[in-house]
Amino acid sequence: MTETRSGHATTLPIAKAITAGLRDAMRADDHVMLMGEDIGRLGGVFRVTDGLFDEFGALRVVDTPLGEAGIVGTAVGLAMRGYRPVVEIQFDGFVYPAFNQITTQVAKMHYRTGGRVTLPMVIRIPHGGGIGAVEHHSESPEALFAHTAGLRILAPASAQDAYWMTRQAIESEDPVIMLEPKKRYWIKGDVDPDHRPELSPWQARVLREGTDATLLAWGPSVPLALESAAAAEEDGTSLEVIDLRSLAPLDLPTVTDSVRRTGRLVIVHEAPVTGGLGGEIAARVAEECFYHLEAPVTRVGGYSTPYPPARTEHAYLPDLDRVLDAVDRVLQH
Amino acid sequence: MSVFQTTIPDVADQEPMIQLLAPDGIRTPHDEFDAVLDGSAGGGGDDDLQTPERLRGYYRDMVMIRAADLEATSLQRQGQLGLWASALGQEAAQIGAGHASRAHDYLVPTYREHGVAWARGIEPWRLLELFRGISHGGWDPAELRTHPYMIVLGSQAPHAVGYAMGLQRDGLVGTGDRDTDTAVLALFGDGASSEGEVAESFTFAASFQAPTVFYTQNNQWAISVPTTVQSRVPLAQRSRGWGIPSVRVDGNDVLAVMGAVRSALDAARAGEGPRFIEAVTYRMAAHTTSDDASRYRPGAEEQEWAEKDPILRLRRHLEQLGEIDEDYVKRCDEEGHDLAMQLHHHIHGMEDPDPVMIFDHVYAEPHPVVDAERAQYLEYAAQFEDEETAR
Repeated sequence: MTETRSGHATTLPIAKAITAGLRDAMRADDHVMLMGEDIGRLGGVFRVTDGLFDEFGALRVVDTPLGEAGIVGTAVGLAMRGYRPVVEIQFDGFVYPAFNQITTQVAKMHYRTGGRVTLPMVIRIPHGGGIGAVEHHSESPEALFAHTAGLRILAPASAQDAYWMTRQAIESEDPVIMLEPKKRYWIKGDVDPDHRPELSPWQARVLREGTDATLLAWGPSVPLALESAAAAEEDGTSLEVIDLRSLAPLDLPTVTDSVRRTGRLVIVHEAPVTGGLGGEIAARVAEECFYHLEAPVTRVGGYSTPYPPARTEHAYLPDLDRVLDAVDRVLQH
Repeated sequence: MSVFQTTIPDVADQEPMIQLLAPDGIRTPHDEFDAVLDGSAGGGGDDDLQTPERLRGYYRDMVMIRAADLEATSLQRQGQLGLWASALGQEAAQIGAGHASRAHDYLVPTYREHGVAWARGIEPWRLLELFRGISHGGWDPAELRTHPYMIVLGSQAPHAVGYAMGLQRDGLVGTGDRDTDTAVLALFGDGASSEGEVAESFTFAASFQAPTVFYTQNNQWAISVPTTVQSRVPLAQRSRGWGIPSVRVDGNDVLAVMGAVRSALDAARAGEGPRFIEAVTYRMAAHTTSDDASRYRPGAEEQEWAEKDPILRLRRHLEQLGEIDEDYVKRCDEEGHDLAMQLHHHIHGMEDPDPVMIFDHVYAEPHPVVDAERAQYLEYAAQFEDEETAR
């Protein structure tokens, strides 16, 4: 890897850590290119690609026509030609026009060609709610993609992970969907671009140790889980907090190790609980930790409704009270 | 006249169809395509595509692929294939398109391109892997410069455009070097031309002037639905609103097909942007071996198209030129028969793969969940092996 980094250890918001990750990946490998709507001169609606058009030009930072299937589909062809395209889907709710390309083509190309074709491409999706947006701008579609074999999914929740997961997703020979926590884009954190983290991006991380119950969260729900653990501590309850980080593959051992110690698991995510990733984790934990469980695995998530109008989203999204309520319930067992 | 305007006529038969070989084999000159076919136009290649030897070669190829196609249908009836999608009647549209491309061009087919595959050097038995159900595809796209067959119709079109965008970035378009300048041929049918991804591909190819030739074989039927339901206007006109020049040719006329495809690929390689070709042909068989065409189309229509047969047409032309004799015709038939026998032997030699292959190549890099499931499967399957051994 060439030493062309954006800079040494520094403090960046998550959005800018992703920018730095993209920039450094593009400096290190001239086959890395970006595609998406408004990512060029504008720098993306969240400004994640800000400055990259000026540095790398229109052939490597491509303002595409407005067509998500076309964006993802042409990225497939570019990847087959030896490029490493990083696609930006403007908002989570706009990924569905590309759903066919992602599920029937991107996910399956390596498999259906008997391993002859690899598709090293990244699909970046700002996801989740809580920003007061209009319809289709606040969704959490991770279960749809986690259900699709052939895809990998990363969900950074810190600036350091945002930087390194961007680099590592681009380096992966498999297609990776990166779900970016849009309501946390401007939360700052330390980023060290000079030292590759020891922890694999495909592993979960225990952020806080505890003994009474485990809180498992990812993406935008991670800060909520930490906040909940801090609040619970004031009441004398010790919560362990795990940031899942990789939604596909699931790093189950980190979760089951924790649950074997605490005996209780609360899963927090913004997506509707029905058919959500929390249900898959609950089932696997039940299979592997049945005799260690003191209480049913409990989920706190979106209701089984479409994402509601913004003025009501506070009641739809998991919040401190709902998480602590779930913790109380598992502790009553 | 209304302020609402259309650039296209509203009557389907107002689009002229270029034909160089009439069904009776009579050759009509065509200045633009003849210059491409005899190599005098320059462009991508200066080889003469219509020497008597080449014409006999196309004839032989069409006979061969038809024999393989008929044998594959038999193999399906014998239970050796789960399904077969016959390309009977489309031999000229496919052999012509395949041979009009240059070896370093990249072809992006749908699932009924057996003649194209043949022209690209893909042996027919490799196609059968998919239809037998022992793999999802039998060749290396990079090696044979041919994309995998595509079953989700239209999904391959944006791949073609993306590949072409890659060629632009690699400096392989419009340099004037005919050995390296490259284009992409994206194939799809009349039904798939209605897919949104084809429309988006037109948009992307036009915006970026990507060297893509879109080639649709209008075989008149998308399973049971006629082309008139797919499009209010002739298919050839569909791309014009995107600013993509297009032409309609007789798809049962191998020379018209070759003239159009080579001309369009030459333009794309030269950096003149995308082109669109509608080749008018006919699907002589049912959609697949699972289909019953008698439920939706009259037998008289099939008879009418049988008289426009692409193979017979080229043979008549060669006869008129005095460039084919009965020996050659007989030899082609015998070679076709031999190919069918080869196919038969190959399929009977194809063993079912070990089911543990289910877990192979899901990912390029290690994946703990798939790896764990593979291990569980092997452990589960081993119990039965022990039982077998105990007997």
